[in-house]
Amino acid sequence: MVRISELCSLFSDGNKNIHKFKIKGLPILLDAAGGSVHLIDDAVWDILESIEKNRTSPAIALEELEKKYPPKVIDEVMEELVSLWEQGLLFADESFVEEFLNAEENGELTVKALCLHIAHDCNMTCGYCFASQGSFGLEREIMSEEVGERTVDFLLENSGSRKNLEIDFFGGEPLINFKVVEHITAYGKKKAEEYGKTINFTLTTNCLLLDEEVCEFVNENGMQVILSLDGRKATNDRVRLLKNGGGSYDTVVERIMKFVESRNHENYYVRGTFTRKNLDFSRDVFHLFDLGLKHVSVEPVVAPPEEYGFYGEDIPLLEEEYENLAEGLVKRMLAGQDIDFYHFNIDLDDGQCLPRKIRGCGAGFEYFAVTPTGDIYPCHQFVGEKNFLMGNVFEGIKERYMMELFRSAHIFSKSRCRECWARFLCSGGCHASAYQFNGNLFEPFETACILQKKRIECGIYFQLYKKFGHKISEIMNSRDSLGEKD
Amino acid sequence: MASRVITLIKGTAVKTDRTVGCGECQTSCQSACKTSCTVGNQKCLNS
Ligand code: SF4
Repeated sequence: MVRISELCSLFSDGNKNIHKFKIKGLPILLDAAGGSVHLIDDAVWDILESIEKNRTSPAIALEELEKKYPPKVIDEVMEELVSLWEQGLLFADESFVEEFLNAEENGELTVKALCLHIAHDCNMTCGYCFASQGSFGLEREIMSEEVGERTVDFLLENSGSRKNLEIDFFGGEPLINFKVVEHITAYGKKKAEEYGKTINFTLTTNCLLLDEEVCEFVNENGMQVILSLDGRKATNDRVRLLKNGGGSYDTVVERIMKFVESRNHENYYVRGTFTRKNLDFSRDVFHLFDLGLKHVSVEPVVAPPEEYGFYGEDIPLLEEEYENLAEGLVKRMLAGQDIDFYHFNIDLDDGQCLPRKIRGCGAGFEYFAVTPTGDIYPCHQFVGEKNFLMGNVFEGIKERYMMELFRSAHIFSKSRCRECWARFLCSGGCHASAYQFNGNLFEPFETACILQKKRIECGIYFQLYKKFGHKISEIMNSRDSLGEKD
Repeated sequence: MASRVITLIKGTAVKTDRTVGCGECQTSCQSACKTSCTVGNQKCLNS
């Protein structure tokens, strides 16, 4: 028979190795390092709770449990948990990570993806723009063909053995400099071919200039397109303003619908931002799906609370909203609608490689942003931060130590992440917000962590329904009826 | 007796053959998250 002290000893590292949570009543147990996902019943929930709380004093845990459950139930649960541990489905081992980190230290650093600031200028005046209406606090400028070509060369020359490279046309609004977008695309394709590589292009646009000519161009070139729209008309038009002060919703929705039609509803995301002015953002996401869109991404604004950002008191509301969103999207999906919500996409079956899991987006060591004059920053959110200017496309990256620094900022070098159950699914959070809010790349921004963890929980909930459909509800219903018999 | 724990996903999250990255998958910020990193959804191109 399993003794409670045995189970308590599995928690010797604290509570970071397994995580239990409920979304809309569905009790889920995640194994942090292995990625196994289980549905549990009330007894398992309570017993884990008690052990987590009293892991150093098993006798107290047992005493507490015996008040609630007969010994037979406690034994059954403990047997099951230990057996899962023995099979590697709970408390999975992660010691191999250290070996990997040691081996990697001298690994080659190569460039893979660039975010091109085609124009530090914009034809809209959105209130929350982190790019200060496109200028990033710098001069209003547009990228020349010469800088564009040099940027492509820089990417190819520094890409080592990588075959698939990426360029995102970003701004400000890149389409106000469309001629240069066309030029760089043609040049990039030709040059990549010479190198035997592929450059995948994406375009992020506010859609005002997304006319037929542009549609044709991006479709012909197979570009993924990110289309900005925040949701309901009132939400969108409060912030996303035209130069004349009017709202952009009507024009933008018309353009987006025409555009997604023209590419058979594939290879795009409609991307929105929510702020403290629309804490009920789930309705904005539902609205976007109700328009007939299939691929949607909506994320929290990056701004101080006195502007559009969030106060501490907003956070529980946002967490609840994510749950409402997950529930509503599951309902739509089970009713047959195609639902792809970017931030709930977690690949539960087939995990990514370890490098990806431990350090996320790659900013500052394989992913960079390039300004209209060719200056290189760790990512688009660092642009304009003079301390993070890494070099330029003409002379290359001078501050190599900064690449090392960004590469070293992974979940095992950040003390908070090391202890966090979400570490392998979050990958350590956004460097820019860590720096912006804590002045330190190694200290993640707490509000972002809370929301990230809620998104992960909701993502797992959504993915379980996506994979198992109505079976999940059947399991829960049969449990309810078993419970009644007890 | 019905099992109290139902395993829906048997973890393969960090497979031993995945400890070396090939670096060919899409960069998360190049797709739809420009402000809140979501790497969990970047498909491995090698699987
Ligand atoms: S950034 Fe935050 S949520 Fe993500 S792993 Fe680190 S502590 Fe956890």
